[in-house]
Amino acid sequence: MFAINFKDWNTRGLIFVGALMLALLFAGPEIFDLFTLLKVILFISMAMLALSLAFIWGFGGILCFGQSVFFGIGGYVYAIAVINMGESTVPILLAIFVPAAFAMLLGYFMFYGRLSDIYLAVVTLAVTLIFYAFMRSTSGPEYHIGNARLMGFNGISAIPDPNWPGFPDAFLWPDDKFYVAMSLLILVYFGLRFLLRTHFGRVIVAIKENETRAELLGYDVRFYKMMAFTIGGGIAGLAGFLIVTFNNFVNPDKFALALAAQIIMWVLIGGVGTLIGPMLGSLALLMLNNWLGTQNFVGWINTYLVFGAIIIIFVLAVPQGIQPTAQLLALRFLPWTRPPPEDVQAAVGAREGAGND
Amino acid sequence: MDTVALLIIEVLNGISSLALTCAGLAIIFGMMRVINFAHGEFMMLGGYTTVVATNAGVNIWISMLILSPLVVGIIGILSERLLIRFFYGRMVDTLIATWGLSLLLIGIVTAIFGNYITGVSAPMGNFSIGIYHLSTYRLVLIGLTVLLFIGIYIVFTRTRLGLIARGTMQNAQQASVLGISTPRVYMVTFGIGAALTGLAGGLLAPISQIIPTVGFTYVAQAFITVITGGTGAITGTIVASGVFGTVRQLVTYQTTPIIGGVVLLIIAVLVLRLLPQGITGKIFRRSL
Repeated sequence: MFAINFKDWNTRGLIFVGALMLALLFAGPEIFDLFTLLKVILFISMAMLALSLAFIWGFGGILCFGQSVFFGIGGYVYAIAVINMGESTVPILLAIFVPAAFAMLLGYFMFYGRLSDIYLAVVTLAVTLIFYAFMRSTSGPEYHIGNARLMGFNGISAIPDPNWPGFPDAFLWPDDKFYVAMSLLILVYFGLRFLLRTHFGRVIVAIKENETRAELLGYDVRFYKMMAFTIGGGIAGLAGFLIVTFNNFVNPDKFALALAAQIIMWVLIGGVGTLIGPMLGSLALLMLNNWLGTQNFVGWINTYLVFGAIIIIFVLAVPQGIQPTAQLLALRFLPWTRPPPEDVQAAVGAREGAGND
Repeated sequence: MDTVALLIIEVLNGISSLALTCAGLAIIFGMMRVINFAHGEFMMLGGYTTVVATNAGVNIWISMLILSPLVVGIIGILSERLLIRFFYGRMVDTLIATWGLSLLLIGIVTAIFGNYITGVSAPMGNFSIGIYHLSTYRLVLIGLTVLLFIGIYIVFTRTRLGLIARGTMQNAQQASVLGISTPRVYMVTFGIGAALTGLAGGLLAPISQIIPTVGFTYVAQAFITVITGGTGAITGTIVASGVFGTVRQLVTYQTTPIIGGVVLLIIAVLVLRLLPQGITGKIFRRSL
């Protein structure tokens, strides 16, 4: 279907990224100690969450302010299902399909109601805040699903580890968890890259570029947007499952505004319209957050201050994000990265056409 | 009978606090189409101004009615000059920039006052209906909200300033051709919106707890209400506050505040599905 052309700049980039991710997959348990390895699983989960928004915002043009809602639902659904079933194969699938179904329902109301960008952002934000408030209020013993008590703001702890499909007693060791998480990230990344090259993916991007034109060409914009949103919801749910495997714990903070906002920040800083950038953005900001947490500042510096300043600086000075900016800098200063001139023209034209809104 | 009276007052209270929360946003977002995600933080700053001034010995009415709008109005104008004016017409960028502003303001307030709950007690004591005791201030708040919206309506429909502001929002190019400095109109209108938000924050301070992150609780419901209100920002906000405030208060009375919030959201999503242009897109079409 797709002839691999090694001269094509995008193909080279994909091969490079793939090699890097595979290297990390195989070398991971060798280079990291156990504690770091678990931390890496957390980073992978967040990177996948970043990917889910990078796809629907950067390529579908849907600015979802509450991507955390699907993440949280994924985590909770996995936790509740695995506690009730005692086996993890079906719960993992549920952790993908329940958030995806919820995204489809929400997407139906929003896209078929033809809410514009901004209304959409606010509605999704409100949905995640509602989930946050609701899950925090479920401390009482009357709130339980099967054997799983929801436990309010304390969250559900001691959630069983996932096991190998078909072997309920063969639990995953931390090394295995890392392999699973990293493989899933690679699959999702290349899955999205593949999706964007299919007819469906191209229509999604076309709708982002010019909704009216896509509609006049006969595409049902509402349906395509809803499906893109659904895929994003499923990926975020999968990320929610991964975060539960990280420390066998899920709490309402997965729905919190702080997280919802951070996801936007990762994509914004990494570069809207890219997939690698947001993953790196999530890594950079999580490490910054960790570092801020370990420092004893003179008292007046706090994370709100630092993150607020970062956002304002980026939106004023680097509105394109890290990845596109880095690409432009590389093209200018590293002659060997330059593709043939006509490719540059095409790439710059495409990026300017994409615009900022 | 007492319960009914109590319930009516509770509902009016719910409507008035929701309408107060939305007043500034109705101007900044409803009329100017500027997504101000720092709206909740403007309210928080209004609340802190009232608390700090009152604790420093200023009369509580002066701090609520004069100092809060003044301080937040100035902060609003500063934000507009330094940040928001670069993003007019680019909604998504505005949203992200103002959200950065929101975090920055939380950070600054946390740095100065610390992450503690503060508050002031409500003035004017209590009155009773049968066996129930209610704060008189809550009744006064309902009256103040009505006066405030009448004031906004008069300013925007009967004065020259309001005419210029509405004209500029409708067609900025035409306004500037007629010799009006549109950047100044935007600045002043944003300042007025911010001042109203500060006033709301001040007025709600005695009946709420103030922490640096309190804005989060306001911002989503304020946006939902103004959006559901639709294109006629002021009328729409009043109508939407009326509907949402009533429903939320009645559901809360029957169940819990959490369920009240959930029902509010579900109704908002349903209304927007049926009336994508908001309430004033279908009825009260020619209103402000």
